[in-house]
Parts: sequence; C-alpha cells; structure tokens
Amino acid sequence: MKGLPPVLITAIVLVAGFALCAMQFPNIASTRVVGNLLTDNAFLGIVATGMTFVIISGGIDLSVGSVIGFTTVFVALAIERWGMPPLVAFVAILVLSAAFGAAMGAVIHVFDLPPFIVTLAGMFLARGASFLLSTESVPITAPVYSTVSDFALRMPGGGRLTAIAIVMLAIVIGGALLLRLTRFGANVYALGGNRTTASLMGVAVGKMTIKIYMLSSLLAGIAGIVFSFYTSAGYSLSAVGVELDTIAAVVIGGTLLTGGQGSVIGTFLGVLIQGLIQTYINFDGTLSSWWTKIATGVLLFAFIALQQGLVALARRPVVKSAGAAS
Amino acid sequence: MENSPDPAPPLLEVRGISKSFGAVRALQEVDFTLRAGEIHALLGENGAGKSTLIKVITGVFPRDAGIVRISGEEVAPRSAKAALGAGIATVYQEVNLLPNLSVAQNLFLDRQPMRFGIVREGEMRRRAKALLADFGLDIDVAAPLGNYSVAIQHVTAIARAVDLSARVLILDEPTASLDRHEVEILFGIMRQLAQRGIGIVFVSHFLDQVYEISDRITVLRNGRLVGERETVSLPRLDLIRMMLGRELAETTSARASVTEHKAREICASFEGYGKAGYVAPFNLELRHGEVVGLAGLLGSGRTETARLVFGAERADLGQAKVEGVPVRLQSPRDGVRHGFGYCPEERKTDGIIAELSVRENIVLALQAKRGLYRPLSRREQDEIARRYVKMLDIRPPDPERPVGLLSGGNQQKVLLARWLATSPRLLVLDEPTRGIDVGAHAEIIRLIRELCDEGLALLVISSELDEIVTYSDRVVVLRDRAHVEELAGEAIDVGHILAAIAADGAATAHEGRA
Ligand SMILES: Nc1ncnc2c1ncn2[C@@H]1O[C@H](COP(=O)(O)OP(=O)(O)OP(=O)(O)O)[C@@H](O)[C@H]1O
Ligand SMILES: [Mg+2]
Repeated sequence: MKGLPPVLITAIVLVAGFALCAMQFPNIASTRVVGNLLTDNAFLGIVATGMTFVIISGGIDLSVGSVIGFTTVFVALAIERWGMPPLVAFVAILVLSAAFGAAMGAVIHVFDLPPFIVTLAGMFLARGASFLLSTESVPITAPVYSTVSDFALRMPGGGRLTAIAIVMLAIVIGGALLLRLTRFGANVYALGGNRTTASLMGVAVGKMTIKIYMLSSLLAGIAGIVFSFYTSAGYSLSAVGVELDTIAAVVIGGTLLTGGQGSVIGTFLGVLIQGLIQTYINFDGTLSSWWTKIATGVLLFAFIALQQGLVALARRPVVKSAGAAS
Repeated sequence: MENSPDPAPPLLEVRGISKSFGAVRALQEVDFTLRAGEIHALLGENGAGKSTLIKVITGVFPRDAGIVRISGEEVAPRSAKAALGAGIATVYQEVNLLPNLSVAQNLFLDRQPMRFGIVREGEMRRRAKALLADFGLDIDVAAPLGNYSVAIQHVTAIARAVDLSARVLILDEPTASLDRHEVEILFGIMRQLAQRGIGIVFVSHFLDQVYEISDRITVLRNGRLVGERETVSLPRLDLIRMMLGRELAETTSARASVTEHKAREICASFEGYGKAGYVAPFNLELRHGEVVGLAGLLGSGRTETARLVFGAERADLGQAKVEGVPVRLQSPRDGVRHGFGYCPEERKTDGIIAELSVRENIVLALQAKRGLYRPLSRREQDEIARRYVKMLDIRPPDPERPVGLLSGGNQQKVLLARWLATSPRLLVLDEPTRGIDVGAHAEIIRLIRELCDEGLALLVISSELDEIVTYSDRVVVLRDRAHVEELAGEAIDVGHILAAIAADGAATAHEGRA
C-alpha cells in the first residue's frame, strides 16, 4: 500500500495537536483535562461509532441528533412525570429507537430510496415528536442521576474517569471489535464496496441495511441517555446539529464518505480531535466557541482533500508482476 | 408433465421461462436442461438473453412465467443468496467482487470460518491461499482485491464460485479476460468438477473453447430457444447458423489485400517512450491507414503501452510527436486534443456510464472534444447516435435506452461508437472484440479495415492471435513489460507471434526496433 493509512494520519494530527496545545498550556497534559474531555464528548463518541458503520456501508444517518434530543425528553418525562423507574424508561427508549432505526433501514431498502432523504425525514420526525412531548427543558431529579454522576474512577494525577466516559469507551471498543472481527463487520464493508455486487455474492443486503440503521439509532438512543446524565435534563432542542459533528468526526477519522473503508478507532480519534479543539478554546478564554466549528471545518476539508488524493492514487493500476501471467 | 423417459430427473431443469423488461421480451418460453456431470455451453448473439436466463434461474431477476427444478424438486430462489442455498453457484458476466475487501474476504464473504462468532482470519487466509494455488496463483491474499489486475480478479471470482458450487456451477463468459494458460487451468478444474457430478453451464463467444470443453450446446436467439445439440454432432457452421439465423459473411481474406505501407505518412511517433516501473522505453511509429497490433500475455504491458500512447498515463522518458510535431501527452485530455481515441479494456470501470442513454454515451467524447461552449444540438446528437447504432448493429436499436440495460456485448459496441464519433486520427482499441458475438465480431473486424482505408491510424490490442493476424499491418510483441519484437508483412502469423511471446531471455529479443 502506498503512503500512510488515513487512521495513522489522524493519529499524527491528534498527537501533534495535543503537543502544540500542551506547549502553550502545560495544564492540558493532565489526566484531569483528558478525563473531562472524555466525559464532555462521551455522547459524541457513542453516536459516532454507530455513524461509522452507516457511512462505511455507503449510507448516512442524519437522524441521530434528533434521536438524542427525543431520548432526553422521553427519559426526563418518563421518570419525572410518568413515574417510570429509570431502568424501565431506558429499556423502553432503547427499544423505541432501535425500532425507529430498523424502520428507516427497511424503508431505504424496500423502496430503494437514498438514505440521505429517508434519514432526513427521520430527523424531522424525531425532532417534531420531541416537541410534541414537551417544549420546555425538564430537569431530572431522580437519585440514580446524582449517584451515577458522582461515580468516577480516579486516575493518577487526579483525573476522573466518569461512568459515561466508561460507557463510551466500552462502546467504542465493542464497536471496533464488531466491525473488525465479525461476519457482520465484513458485510458492512461489502455493502459499502458495492451493494449490487454484495447481493450477487450472497450477502443479505436488506437485512444488513436494517441492522445497520438499527445499530445507529440504538447507539443514538444510548447517547441520548448519556446526554441526559450529562445535563441532568431533557430538552427537545438538545443535540441540534450533532449529526453533522458526528459525520465530521467519522470523516476526520479516515472513513471514506463514499463507503467501503474506515474504522471505529479512527472515528474515536476524530472525536478526540474535536474535543481537543474545544478544550483549547476553553483554555484560551478569549476565543469565541465558534472557532471550534471553523477549526473543524478546516480539518474536515483537509481530510476530504487527502482522501480524494489517496483514492486517486489507489485507482491507478498498481504495477505488480501479475502472478497469473506467464 | 412432459414425457420423461429417463428415470432420474435431470440436475437442473428449466421449463417455459419468460421474462420481459417493460416492452423488451428478453426471454420467451425458454427450456433448458442440465444433466449431472456435464459441461453445457449456453450460446447466442449479444442480447440473445443468456445472462438474463442465468439471472432468472438464480433469482436475481423475478421471472414472469416458467419453473425451475433441481433434481426434480421445484425451486424459486428470490436472491443470489437463496440460489446458493439451493446449490447454484454463479460467476455473473460483470466480474462481481469487491475491490475494497481483501482477496481472502472476497473468497469467503458470508461464509468465513468462524469461532465463537469471530472470523478466523488466519484460517481464512490459509484456505484462500490453498484455493488460489489450485488456479496457479500465488498472491498476497490479505491485500485488497482492487490492487490486482482484472485477470486475477476474474480468477478469484471463479475460484469463489468453484469452491461454493454444491451441484450447479454457472460461468457467464468466464474466459473473456483470461489468457490461454489460465483458460487451460480453468478447463482442467471444470473437468474435475464435472467428473464429481457437478453440472456446469458455460457461456462464451469463443467457439474454439466451446468445442474444446462442452458436451452439449443450447442456443438462444432473440430470447427464444433455438435448440439443444450434442457438441460432437454439431458442425461449427451449423452452430453459427443456429446462433445468427443466417450464414456468416466471409471475412477472413482481408490479410491478402494489405497494401504496401512504407510510403504512408507517419501519424504519431514515440521515441524512447516509457515510464519507469510501468513499461520499458520503446519506439513506435503509427502511420495513417495502418493497423498495428499489440500481442503478448496478460500483464505483458499491452494495456500499459496503450495508456501511455493515449496520455492516460504520463511518460517520464522519451518524446512523442504528432504529424512530426513534438507534443506533450500528460492527460487523456491531451490525447483527445491531438485527435486520439481510446477504447479501454474494462468497459464497466473505465468507460460506460450505465445511467446515461446510448445516445448520451455515444456523444460524450465528441462533446468533450468540442468543449463546453459549443454544445451539440439535439438533432446532431440524434443523427450521430442513429448512424452508429445502425453501423454497429447495436440492439435493441433504441438510442434513448440507458446503456446499463443493454447486454454486455452491446455495451462494448456503444463504447466503440463513442470514439468513432470523434473522428480521431489515431484510435487505440484495447480488446475491441471481447464479449462480442461471432456475427458482430466479423462486423468489427470489417470496420477496423474500413477505418484504416479511410486513413485512420489504429493501434489494436487483442489476445486472439488469429484476429490480430487478420487485420494487422505490423505486430508488436510484448513480454514482461517491454517491446521485444516487431513483425511486418509476411512474417505476421500466429506461429511467429507465439514464438516471440514464448522466447526466453534475450536470445531472440531484438531491441525494440521501430
Ligand atoms: N436490467 C435490464 N433491464 C432492461 N432490459 C434488460 C436488462 N438486462 C438485459 N436487458 C435486455 O435483455 C436482452 C437480453 O440481454 P442479455 O444480457 O441476457 O444478453 P446476453 O445474451 O447475455 O448478451 P451478451 O452476449 O452481450 O452478454 C437485451 O435486449 C437487453 O437489452
Ligand atoms: Mg451476457
């Protein structure tokens, strides 16, 4: 293979960026800051893991931000107003969001519609539904919330690895293994390579599509629960635009927007890069937080240009003494 | 319900299959019978319905009518996966593998060796290596398939199907991109499988191969069954008549009429032209009104030479001249600007745009040449499209049909038409007759001669030596990415070319003399 794999480039950017930040603000290189970074971006890491599967399979899921928003409102209302035990509320919302994803996958497959359109509709639907439930922010006061929020593993140097950060790390690792080591994972890449071909090779394309969007929505549901722990509230306007941050993280992580190539680890690094930019801006104190968006935009642009370059390179016939010939 | 005298039902029995695509009746009441242990050739012109029949059998297309039985039991697979389950493994005409996955993953997709729900990567690679070794391939199976040549990809597809085939193996034009050696290996394996009782359906336009390998032949024409015969009792001319529904016009005497070429003007010349690691530097002169054939094994540098000549690949050595004027060929655009045309080998990836209509595909290169500001009027486009559809006998003769819906051979013709429409001074054709039926094959060869008489310079690559000998004024032989021999006049015959291809070392290799 020519050049560096995209994931390595992402890793280098992250390390270099971290080093630069640490030079200016030595405090950044502490477990305390890193712990906060993981906690602040826990929900993003979780949705981005799901989005990685979708994008590698050649699709896109624009509904995740709305699903997160809906989840926070649902959970808040279920616990505070409808008197559900938190655990029951969690199970209910996860079943609901998985079904929602499965339905989108089924529509995409059966009617052969572009995922962009179907999940865009899903985005409006989920956001609209959360407004129907409540337009106001609903604070969550259940004792589980404070217990879980207080829980954290102490890291050397005084950093706290919170429960939601642990959940995120577990999901990232689980997702990476699922993609790399299982038949399901191989089929995800196959779908992204070429749907028709995959189906001619015997992959059950319909079932796969349904499962992939189901996974994405399920993870969005989990991210929503995590988000409700993070903010201790449910609000129908939460996580607006998160789908775009998520896609950005996936692409910066080296996943090809056209599908067929990518990795969960890369996505995780992409999330960390976004978190790092945010942290830097917080440390600086004078910069507007919109600089996060600008920096993300620049990075995104650079990575897409880089990928196009790599794709063009890969298209060129590789000169190999063809084993078949002569 | 039919009278079946033999006690055991045939392995695969197809009765009364019909299939229409809108108004196009691709198959009408077709019967087909495959017995266990036989190799059965399915033949017919481009667009006769061979690939459609296969896809209907394997459930890729739903059928309008008819039944399919396997060992007497009715089956109706509704997807390729279901067909695999019923014991039918298929290599479809479009080489269907995934370039982004590793070779091993391609071979074992959806059936990887597993333990505790985890793919056993090492075991899978070991088996992949062993499987490909049967086909004489020794490659890194962990590398992405897309890194390898079309031929290797094709062998991989065949290996996968062979390994899958429980009872029925269907191969739709498997040999189109293989060279003689690989074809022999494939035939050896097919015979072994047949001996084990597997029934094999073999589609091909190479009649030599059909006579070499098949036991029985079924011919389709215009979506209807013409008949089924034993191969040994069907003379070639009768077979051709069955396929075309008419006699084949004589074409093979063109060789004699090749005129003296010394006096002809040079159209383009290449001196010490080459690219490190791609093709060794070569000298090549292409004259108006002359056909130069490029012969050699797969991977010998034929396509690479063609790409350099056209500008699709940038040379790092040497000088190119067009009509005696030095030029730089750095991109396909440069090639087009200097009046070159290039019909690539891989129509799926390099040429055809499936969603666009036949007309749009044909005028594409011409429009690009004229530039954005001088669009072709709709009337001009219709006129051009109609002319070439007629000239190349593209079927169905509907210029507004999306090209993706044409049969494989007809797509190839559209690609040829695209470049002819630009009225190039130099036309490079890479395997122009691949996948094209006997009738159209003769047409294309006649066309090549005609173009030549009109003063076009042609550079033609072909694996079929008989064909090259028929139309070439000069033949350049390549081996290991270098031009090793140039034959002209009387010296052009299959024997000489083979000798040059096979010659070892430098003993007989002339320094690519121009
Ligand atoms: N998906 C499709 N939609 C519409 N028409 C189609 C489709 N596939 C094939 N056809 C039409 O059906 C007819 C039979 O095509 P088919 O591909 O079976 O031919 P073939 O015998 O395999 O030819 P070739 O030798 O060129 O591969 C053609 O007229 C073709 O245009
Ligand atoms: Mg065909």
